[in-house]
Amino acid sequence: MEDTKISIQNLNLWFGKLKILNEINIEIPENKVTVILGPSGCGKTTLMRTMNRLVDLQGEARISGKIMLDGEDILNTKRDITLVRQKMGLLSQRPTTLPMSIFNNVAYGLRLKGIRGRKKLWPHVEKHLIEANLWDEVKDRLHDPASRLSIGQQQRLCLARGLAVNPEIILADEPTSALDPISAAVIENQFYKLKENYTIVLVTHIMRQARRIADNVVFMYLGDVIEQAPVDEFFNNPQHKMTREYLRGAFY
Amino acid sequence: MWWRKLEEKIVYLLMVISVASLVILLLAVLISIFVKGTPYLSWEMVSQTPKGGYYFGREGGVLNAIVGSLYLSFGAVFLSLIFSLPLSLAMNIHLRARPKIVNRIRFVLDILWGIPSIVYGAFGFTIMIYLGIKASLLAGIITVGLFIMPIMVRGMDEVMKNVPVSLIESAISLGSTRMEVAFKVMVRQTIPGIVTAILLAFGRGIGDVASVLFTTGYTDNVPTSITQQTATLPLAVFFQLGSPIPEVQNRAYASALILTVIILIISIAVRFLSNKYYSNRH
Ligand SMILES: Nc1ncnc2c1ncn2[C@@H]1O[C@H](COP(=O)(O)OP(=O)(O)O)[C@@H](O)[C@H]1O
Ligand SMILES: [Mg+2]
Repeated sequence: MEDTKISIQNLNLWFGKLKILNEINIEIPENKVTVILGPSGCGKTTLMRTMNRLVDLQGEARISGKIMLDGEDILNTKRDITLVRQKMGLLSQRPTTLPMSIFNNVAYGLRLKGIRGRKKLWPHVEKHLIEANLWDEVKDRLHDPASRLSIGQQQRLCLARGLAVNPEIILADEPTSALDPISAAVIENQFYKLKENYTIVLVTHIMRQARRIADNVVFMYLGDVIEQAPVDEFFNNPQHKMTREYLRGAFY
Repeated sequence: MWWRKLEEKIVYLLMVISVASLVILLLAVLISIFVKGTPYLSWEMVSQTPKGGYYFGREGGVLNAIVGSLYLSFGAVFLSLIFSLPLSLAMNIHLRARPKIVNRIRFVLDILWGIPSIVYGAFGFTIMIYLGIKASLLAGIITVGLFIMPIMVRGMDEVMKNVPVSLIESAISLGSTRMEVAFKVMVRQTIPGIVTAILLAFGRGIGDVASVLFTTGYTDNVPTSITQQTATLPLAVFFQLGSPIPEVQNRAYASALILTVIILIISIAVRFLSNKYYSNRH
């Protein structure tokens, strides 16, 4: 039996009067890839943002339920929320590099954790750039502004930057949808490798991607979780009519 | 399709005309000051304080006003910056999720921006009387600082509000506190705009007469402490222009020229430094 890393229990979320997430229950196993599938607008991004409490920044959000991370409810924790966030690296749809050099983008999170000085930072930066499969392309221009990289490289930089805070979980929200096919394949491969050491939650639109790297699949529709199952079961023997239709391509 | 081409041409023409008239106007102002001021500009003007017969057209200069204006404007910019930067950062980071509140703050600031400087001068004067403070450099710094604050805050706010929320969020998701987002990400990202806001406020502050008319007093000496009265260049221009003596009137133009050159030098120098800083990072 696998260990549960994150357990989402009876989670509801409203934006103003609008209910976006409805009694969500999801078990996310440790060091596995959990893929969240669902048509756009069904609340996948909102769910991800609730998991690392980015929704806190949206004044109108109201939440009930629990998100247990290693046995602690992060929606109701007394711990410093920035420490909770550092347990998760977030990769969003479009890469957003920080307005500084490539090196400093990766070093940013390290510095927040109190690692100072170029000498000390260097091995970490190198390690994470290698982890994100970007090192070879940038090792000669680490001090160039990050904004000069291509979009695909920027996304990998964001991955390296997220890995640098030493998270246990990677939250990735359609991380390849804005990328060219080659960069997308690189990121996808990286996920495949990273799942040995990280718990990965991946939102994607791409069935092939889900099939290839998922261990578990969660299917959402209009704020509800319709079905969750191990990947083979999910694709070969879906239980719900809605899931079957979605897989058939009846709606997106 | 000919009319669309014509439309294109007309709009283009209008643009050229408006740009040209702006440039011409600006040049006219600058040239007239240069033409009228340069002949009377001398080393004596910028290196000496007014001597006994200065206001009758004899020896001396406006060093008191130059130094006074620099002290006053640097002081006011600094004072204003202490409040403006945190306020604009808070509006665009801490209060990002509360657009209603932020828009109310913007509205108030825009009203404050629109209030003429003489009102700030009168306000400063009232406060001074109330607190029993005499006209001084300090009173001027506070008044001018207040007067340029809305300009500075809105200038910074205008660039900060264009910073995409995704950038703030990615820094937050790395575990930054909002304070760290403010100074490590937001300020870096908007340095050129922050500098523009500061220069705009500086220009308004150093050139304003009405706000210092009642608050700084006027003296022929270079101030040595903030509790002393001080001269300023705009007031020096004002007083000298009002003189019936032609030599003194001419010196008013020289003083205006000095003021213009100071603003030009400081703007160009600050812009140069900030571009250098910025291009190393972007
Ligand atoms: N700040 C917000 N205020 C109100 N509604 C929102 C806000 N953010 C997202 N929504 C709504 O929540 C729903 C789910 O959005 P989202 O989580 O982005 O879906 P997905 O990522 O699955 O496409 C959508 O209907 C969207 O319009
Ligand atoms: Mg989404």
